[in-house]
Amino acid sequence: MKHISRRATLASFLCSVALAGAAAPALADCGIASGRVSIVGNEFPAIKSVAAKAAECAIASVQIKANLTADHQKINLPGMQGNPAEYTTAIVATSSIVALLNGDVVRPLDDLVAQHGADIPARQLITIDGRIMAVAFMANSQHLVYRQDVLAQVGVEPPKTYEEMIEAAEKIRAAGIMQNPVGGAYAAGWNLAQEFVNMYLGQGGEFFEPGTARVAINNERGIAALETMKALSAYMNPDFLTHDSNATSAEWEAGNVALMNMWGSRTGRLMDAEGSTPEVYENTRVGAPMTVGGGSIPATTLWWDGWTVAKNISDEDALATFLAMKHGTSPALLNDKTMGEAVWMIDGYVPAEVNEGVLQTMAMGARPYPMLPYMGLLHTALGDNIADFLTGKEDAATTLADIEAAYTAAAREQGFLN
Amino acid sequence: MTRTADRRAPALQLVLTAFLVLWLVVAAFPFLWTAWGSLKVEGDFFSKADWVNALTGPLTQVETGGSFTGAGYHGAWVQEDFWRAALNSGIVVVCVVCISLTFGTLGGYALSRSTYRYAFWLLLMALVFRAMPPITLVSGYLLPFYQWNLWGHLPTAIIVLVAINQPFTLWMLTAFFRNIPRDLDESARVDGCTPFQAFRHVIIPVMWPGVITTGLFSFLLAYNDFAVTAMLLSKENQTMIPKIASFLGTTQTKGNVMFAVSSVVSVTAPLFLLVIFFQRQIVSGLTAGAVKG
Amino acid sequence: MKHRTFLWFFLPTATAMFLFIALPVASVLVQSFYAPHEQVIREVENCTVFGCTKSTTIDQEATRALREAEPLGRFIGFGIYADRNHLAFAEVARAWRASSGWADFRGRLLNLPFYGALAFTLSYTAVVTPFSILLGFVVALAVNAIPRLMRGPMIFVSLLPMIVTPLVGALILFWMIDARGILGAALQGLAGDPGLSVKASTPLMWAALMVYGIWSTTPFAFVVYYAGLQTVPQDTLESAMIDGASRWQRIRYVLLPHLLPLTTFMALIKIMDNFRVFEPIVSFNAGAHAQSLSYFIYSDLGGETRLLTSAAATSVLTIAGVIVLLSPVLLRTWRTFGKASA
Repeated sequence: MKHISRRATLASFLCSVALAGAAAPALADCGIASGRVSIVGNEFPAIKSVAAKAAECAIASVQIKANLTADHQKINLPGMQGNPAEYTTAIVATSSIVALLNGDVVRPLDDLVAQHGADIPARQLITIDGRIMAVAFMANSQHLVYRQDVLAQVGVEPPKTYEEMIEAAEKIRAAGIMQNPVGGAYAAGWNLAQEFVNMYLGQGGEFFEPGTARVAINNERGIAALETMKALSAYMNPDFLTHDSNATSAEWEAGNVALMNMWGSRTGRLMDAEGSTPEVYENTRVGAPMTVGGGSIPATTLWWDGWTVAKNISDEDALATFLAMKHGTSPALLNDKTMGEAVWMIDGYVPAEVNEGVLQTMAMGARPYPMLPYMGLLHTALGDNIADFLTGKEDAATTLADIEAAYTAAAREQGFLN
Repeated sequence: MTRTADRRAPALQLVLTAFLVLWLVVAAFPFLWTAWGSLKVEGDFFSKADWVNALTGPLTQVETGGSFTGAGYHGAWVQEDFWRAALNSGIVVVCVVCISLTFGTLGGYALSRSTYRYAFWLLLMALVFRAMPPITLVSGYLLPFYQWNLWGHLPTAIIVLVAINQPFTLWMLTAFFRNIPRDLDESARVDGCTPFQAFRHVIIPVMWPGVITTGLFSFLLAYNDFAVTAMLLSKENQTMIPKIASFLGTTQTKGNVMFAVSSVVSVTAPLFLLVIFFQRQIVSGLTAGAVKG
Repeated sequence: MKHRTFLWFFLPTATAMFLFIALPVASVLVQSFYAPHEQVIREVENCTVFGCTKSTTIDQEATRALREAEPLGRFIGFGIYADRNHLAFAEVARAWRASSGWADFRGRLLNLPFYGALAFTLSYTAVVTPFSILLGFVVALAVNAIPRLMRGPMIFVSLLPMIVTPLVGALILFWMIDARGILGAALQGLAGDPGLSVKASTPLMWAALMVYGIWSTTPFAFVVYYAGLQTVPQDTLESAMIDGASRWQRIRYVLLPHLLPLTTFMALIKIMDNFRVFEPIVSFNAGAHAQSLSYFIYSDLGGETRLLTSAAATSVLTIAGVIVLLSPVLLRTWRTFGKASA
């Protein structure tokens, strides 16, 4: 990895920043003369840390506030459409930046990066059509989580493909260790759609005809993806369609499950001593994401979280926001407490064992979640229809046709299709 | 006061009591279960292995060394400053109830005493307004509220909750006011009272059962509201329910469910006192005055 | 009451409702006839830490001119109401022509999202409304019969299903009906089937949602009836007893007529609320088994790309549905209105 050397050279720099931070935590000099910074974003520990770090830039003439909430996606667009916008920056992910791009409420950051952001590593910059639209600071993905002891008991290696996963599940069931050894966030809606996205990409599928909004999932790859999901679900708890990632993790901690595809951001909590017995947490291991159907790219998606700067604000506020967020996601953010909160893309990050899965996903060349203007519409259509196939109400072809029809109606409404 | 009309045959009394006990169990069991479970760790209360764990708490024993733990309460109230949200909720609830009832009693009284058809149409329109799903309303508010700098403040959420609740309040109070004999205020008018004086001196003293009941629903609506408060309040003005929602975690990160459980349990105690206090109002208000008057 | 007096009494509530409900309702109605402009899509290359990919984006410059010319969007009339995700006229006609019989047509119809959701919504409304009102009435009668000192705590306990926020209440009940939860295990014992799982079966999930609906809305009927019972004129009851009326006759001829306006009111409110059901579906993660109109609105507004026109159209359809359902009650109110106030 090329940023290892950079990490070494940064070590001395890091120490000095950390000291400065420790001496005067609330008075970090971010080089902001004046302006208003207002952050909107999701609410979880990593983002809270970023917002708290950015808030250190507050001085008499610089006002900084943050509104972190699980409903951020519902309020960030209206909150940035006004002029001046209420929020000067939105912390978004791979999928949620699309709504802001569609609404044309975020500004290109090329000038700001050129003048004030020379120290932001190039890999953190998200460019769309050659223009920098966001600065990423953390990565996430779904990957294999397995129980070392259970796999050893039936004598199989951690699965590398979904086919091997099903074989291993059959062996565990046959050995009478667990009745339903496979877990997965298959709750109807967003989670279930995400699993299809994973599986379909793993089959080498493309969601749309290139360059258009015409959906193209009604093909043998789509059917194969659905069939694999159904085959897996036969080894899951019968309630799988109601299990979101919270419920799936609870199943894991109860020791009911030995194999699952799970978010890297949740593995830390699975491997700690809380909520589980030593037998479970000591044997929980993470592995690389699996492939499917003989494909070479893993059946999973890569996600980043990053920050944007609003369009409808004064240049002064934009500069203040840029500098504050740059400080919020600078190497100074990383300390003992924040280090384990995410897979940071920030220089100075030292991955722990639990983060291996996400790093391997990146190394294996998994595809990022598609950043297309109409992907959200397809995701909703998938989430609303796939359950009918998994409950056996419909065959795969009918389900895919339903998804296409639901998506097409929505895309027509939004003006993506005629 | 003896209530001869309520004296019942022993057999019937028995059936009613048995039914009441059954209802008591059905209504209270989930809450009692929650109150008990709030003193355990998440792995026990939401055990996916065996529900008996929620009673015995083997993991609580392992993780905390005791049979009970106050970690959920400590986490919510001390670590996460839940009191701030409780305070905001208190402000919102008191304001919503007072304003709702003031607007509602005036409007409801007028509607119940009007003999014109438009009163019916107004009631009907209020009902149609109420049919609009609140999520649609709230997402419609966002853009203008941001534009006019109204977003995020407690008064905004309060007035929106009052407005959303008005159709219900109006219907309920109109129904109650219809039950107050018309002769009461009409005789006051004959005695030379203005309409408002008649309302003030004759209706207000006898309206309490209806108003307290309506107030109870305004209270519960404001207290339990999620759609409006989650979307219209900024972080520092957040009320309890959005705060509790934020304990539950997201798809990609685990939350502190026990914080949510213990918050819910701990805010129920003041409600108990409130209900005990106001149930006397419901009973003592009565129509006794109306009948004698 | 004179118009002028009426106006002054009614003004505060009218202002609040006009500003925060009537205006938004009007804007939602307008919104449902306009859709976003056609979007000009351009192929671009996006680069992230995960490498560069071919992608598309909206050409904002090309779309801006369109937006400024017609800020409301393009007018589509009833286009969204008629499309596949709503009333689906074309698809219903096609299903009718292609189907081999009633059962086949029914299957095809219920596969369309709007009609599938309508089926659940109507069943839910039809079951939960009468049961919760009836149960509430009986509880109110029972509580009214116990000694006064006990009533306060009894009222509180009866209110608990309403007091505990659905957010957490549903979460706990959802866990309880799990196959390994206390209620789920009890059900398995009763049915004698250790493999029984409420969450895996569509009929059981419907039943669970309905039971939750009844449980959580009974307190409402209880409190309204309890307050209503306090206003029953005691002298009428007593004179009925002196006249030798039996218990049932007293309930039938004194209590019920007295409580009728409250019952009408409750039926109106409950039908409306039940028709808009969606919180339990979300809290129970029941989207795979049951969907409702409000659930569609929630998913239209909560997705990555918000479908405002679709949400507006579904909202208008919800209002229309509520009006149709309520029309019998409303007609009755209309007829008695003059009499009651005369």
